[in-house]
Amino acid sequence: MAAEKRVVFKSSWLPWVLIAPQVVVIAVFFFWPAAQALLQSTQQSDAFGTSVEWVGLENFRNLWNDESYLASFKTTAIFSVLVATLGLTLSLLLAVFADRVVRGSGVYRTFLIWPYAVAPAVAGVLWLFMFAPSIGIVSYGIRQLGLSWDPLLNSTNAMSLIVMAAVWKQISYNFLFFLAGLQSIPKSLIEAAAMDGARPWRRFWTIQFPLLSPTTFFLLVINIVYAFFDTFAIVDAATKGGPGKDTAILVYKVYFDGFKAMDLGGSAAQSVVLMVIVVALTVVQFRFVEKKVNY
Amino acid sequence: MTAAVAAFRAGNAPHILQVFEVGTATMMASKNAIVPVGKVMTDAGQSFDPKAYVPAVAGYYTAPNGQMLSFPFNSSTTVFYYNKDAFKAAGLDPEKAPTTWPEVALAAAKLKSNGHKCPISISWQGWTQLESFSAWHNVEFASKQNGLAGMDARLKINSPLHVRHIENLANMAKQGLFVYKGRGNVPEATFVSGECAMMTTSSGFYGNVKKNAKFNFGLAPLPHYQDVPGAPQNTVIGGASLWVMAGKKPDEYKGIAKFFGFLSSPEVQSASHKRTGYLPITTAAFQLTEKSGFYKQNPGTDVAVNQMIRKVTDKSRGIRLGNYVQIRAIEDEELEQVWAGKKTAKEALDAIVKRGDELLERFEKANKAK
Repeated sequence: MAAEKRVVFKSSWLPWVLIAPQVVVIAVFFFWPAAQALLQSTQQSDAFGTSVEWVGLENFRNLWNDESYLASFKTTAIFSVLVATLGLTLSLLLAVFADRVVRGSGVYRTFLIWPYAVAPAVAGVLWLFMFAPSIGIVSYGIRQLGLSWDPLLNSTNAMSLIVMAAVWKQISYNFLFFLAGLQSIPKSLIEAAAMDGARPWRRFWTIQFPLLSPTTFFLLVINIVYAFFDTFAIVDAATKGGPGKDTAILVYKVYFDGFKAMDLGGSAAQSVVLMVIVVALTVVQFRFVEKKVNY
Repeated sequence: MTAAVAAFRAGNAPHILQVFEVGTATMMASKNAIVPVGKVMTDAGQSFDPKAYVPAVAGYYTAPNGQMLSFPFNSSTTVFYYNKDAFKAAGLDPEKAPTTWPEVALAAAKLKSNGHKCPISISWQGWTQLESFSAWHNVEFASKQNGLAGMDARLKINSPLHVRHIENLANMAKQGLFVYKGRGNVPEATFVSGECAMMTTSSGFYGNVKKNAKFNFGLAPLPHYQDVPGAPQNTVIGGASLWVMAGKKPDEYKGIAKFFGFLSSPEVQSASHKRTGYLPITTAAFQLTEKSGFYKQNPGTDVAVNQMIRKVTDKSRGIRLGNYVQIRAIEDEELEQVWAGKKTAKEALDAIVKRGDELLERFEKANKAK
């Protein structure tokens, strides 16, 4: 890109003014709450905030001494990996097929995009109803097949339930990006490969998939962040973290301790930990995974 | 409660806040956010006699210095429901509810052999099987009179009797006699639908069953173990109470006092009690309901009242612990491990005590500092 033309502002203040709206949005909706969380994580207060006490790092020490908190790291890892891989694979598959549909593609695509408009809590309840051991229509079907299904006491069942709900919720978003990515690949490339005798499978792996890599990478980051942060409503509606603590992912505990149990200091400390993890993960992804991306 | 906390912090709290019983210790600790109900009533010149209230109810919401802190509104307790039609079909006497846990197991076995898939399930497992269970058998749930006498209370629920009971339920679960249906009041739907034939849950469930169940049902006192001295004692209350928030105008407090006066009038109390199954909170309301012949026409509705109006002991007055929302969640988590067969009763109860005590210690520390 030697011929890149750089535009330089002559004014010293104009660039700042132009980015100001964005900076304000980030400051108000990200930096300020993050600073609040940091502040609260060093305090203990009663529910109404009428008495506040500085406790330094005690909230964090309490966390490290809590075995169940440490165990929920593992739960979160399993959950996030499952949600990200399943979500990406399934939506890529759907997008590849949707890309080939010629007739009725509008209807087909609309149906696939719809679930994105569903609130996470509603998604959780929806799946809960379908899979509830006593009344769920799907669990009835599973039992008819002679299999056992009890997400209330079987942790594998419970984990499958929330993974399915979380993946289902995210597929539309991924699908949209994959489809757009696929459509921006010039048809001539694929046609050229076809004329050279490459079959669809080979065309996909050698042409489409590499050219999709920027989209895939972006979605990987987004999906991991989604699995870490946006899924507590699904967990709350479907399993409440049970059985035992087997589906209590980190963000669910943040939500429960902060909003149900009113332990704001402990909850803030947990969200700081969560923030650090996600920042670290994103840095890792940009440093190592991004190298494999062809722009 | 979350919404109210947010509103309070924004300087826009409601005048009256309904808080469930588990949040009582938290509310009591928030001294600057609330005004004791006793004070509101006396300041407004509203006639107010704490003795008019059913002792087990009022005692729970009263500070150690005798001042009533919140207004008991919808108070309930734990009772036993059973499906009379299912009992009849299984060859059991529908007019005779099992009174002890061994009898429950026998009835469950009969129901099962008659093809019932869910002989018994349990709602509010922590409240019914640990809290009420303790008071009912006159054993401590926690030290310091179950937390009423001080913040340095610690859990006591890994006693041999508790272990025996949870072990018993675990065995019933293994044999398919007790079927776990979820946390909180989620299992209640399985009783109304007829799927589960017996259930321990709140007396406040009565209105729902009466309206929606398509079978004859009965209410009975909680089952107990016959060989435990002092059992059955009394059960503990649940439900919610009304708290008055601080920082309002004097005239508005007068209005609140008038409203509470209205709520505690025997007529209003009695009507609410009959409709919902929640307890009458004043002795006068109980007598009025009795006089109206309601208990005779609706057998079983007096079960909850009779369980509550007994003379209470220090071990059975009520349970009021800090960080209790989290402790309830711990109880759910650990008990689920037992029902799933992953932990023994002893292991799970020890774990509840250990994890719960850490939270109690933290609560004690946070509130001593003030």
